[in-house]
Amino acid sequence: MKLKDLESCLQQVDVFEDPKVLLEQYPTSPHIAACMLYTIHNTFDDIKDKVVADLGCGCGVLSIGAAVLDAGLCVGFDIDDDALEIFQRNKEEFELTNIDVVQCDVCSLRESAFAKKFDTVIMNPPFGTKRNQGIDMEFLKTALSMATTAVYSLHKTSTREHIQKKANDWKVKMEVIAELRYDLPASYKFHKKKSVDIQVDFIRFSPT
Amino acid sequence: MKLLTHNILTSHVKGVTKGYPLLIKATEVRVNEVEFNPQFVSRMIPKLEWSALVQAAEGDLPSSLIQDYENNEEFLRKVHRVLLEVEVIEGCLQCPESGREFPISRGVPNMLLNEDDS
Repeated sequence: MKLKDLESCLQQVDVFEDPKVLLEQYPTSPHIAACMLYTIHNTFDDIKDKVVADLGCGCGVLSIGAAVLDAGLCVGFDIDDDALEIFQRNKEEFELTNIDVVQCDVCSLRESAFAKKFDTVIMNPPFGTKRNQGIDMEFLKTALSMATTAVYSLHKTSTREHIQKKANDWKVKMEVIAELRYDLPASYKFHKKKSVDIQVDFIRFSPT
Repeated sequence: MKLLTHNILTSHVKGVTKGYPLLIKATEVRVNEVEFNPQFVSRMIPKLEWSALVQAAEGDLPSSLIQDYENNEEFLRKVHRVLLEVEVIEGCLQCPESGREFPISRGVPNMLLNEDDS
C-alpha cells in the first residue's frame, strides 16, 4: 500500500466529538499517523502478523492503520468511554476483524500486567501539559514493559535529552526516526491562536 | 473482547498477587469470520498461557498442546477460532483472587479500578 493511499484511508477515521482537555485529547492527524505506520511497516516490519498494542488509542486512528496493514491483532487501550465508543464505531465501519480494545488507565497498570505480551507498541501519548506532568514517561515505561521488539512513540522534541537519559537508565536503545511538526488546530475554546506548531520526535525504542 | 486479549489481561486490584486468569462470565458471545493465518496462530501458541485459553474455550481445546501442532491445520484452525473469532460482547471478567468483577459492555472490557481497589 502506498503512503498516500494509507493516508486517504485514515482520513475516513472518525475523531473526537467533544475532546476532553484534561485527557489531552486530540486526534493524531491522518498524515502523521500514515507516516508513522508506513515507516514502522516498511522500514522495520513491525506490524504485519504481529501482536500490536496502541496505548492511549483514543478514537483509534493508529489501531485502524495497523489493522489495515495486516497486524495479526491490534489491541487499543484507553481510559475514556466516549473515545472508545467512537473507536468501536470506526472498527465496524472499516469492517476490521483484527482489532480489539480494552478500557483501562495506562498509568495505573502494574509493571507485570501485560509484560512482554506484545511484539510492538505504537502510541501517541499525552505529553503532560495538563496538570499531569510526567505522564508521557509513565506511558513509555509501561509500553517498554509490554513490548518484546519495539515501542514507537511521539514525544516533544524539547524533552529529547531527558528521554535519552531515561532510556540509558532503563537500558533501552533510542532512535529518533524523524522530527515532525504537529499542527494542532484550535480545538478547545480557550485556544487563542488558530493553530499551533509543536516540534515532535518520532522515536523507536528497543531493548539493547 | 477476543480470547487472545483475554489471555493477556490480569486483575490489578490492590493486594492481589495472582489476578490471573480472569474468569469469564459471558451473557452474549459472537463468532465472526476472521481470515485464517496459520503462521500467526502457530507463532502465538508458545506465547499463550495454554491452560487459561483451554478454560476460556470451554471444551473446544485439548488440555495439553498436541505435538507437532505447527503442521496440524485442523488443530491450528481450532485455535484460530478460539483466539480470534470468538468475541465476548456482554458479560464480565472476575478476578480469581478478590472476586472483583470487571464489566464487558459492547465488546469492551472495563478494567478501570475504583478508589477502594487500587
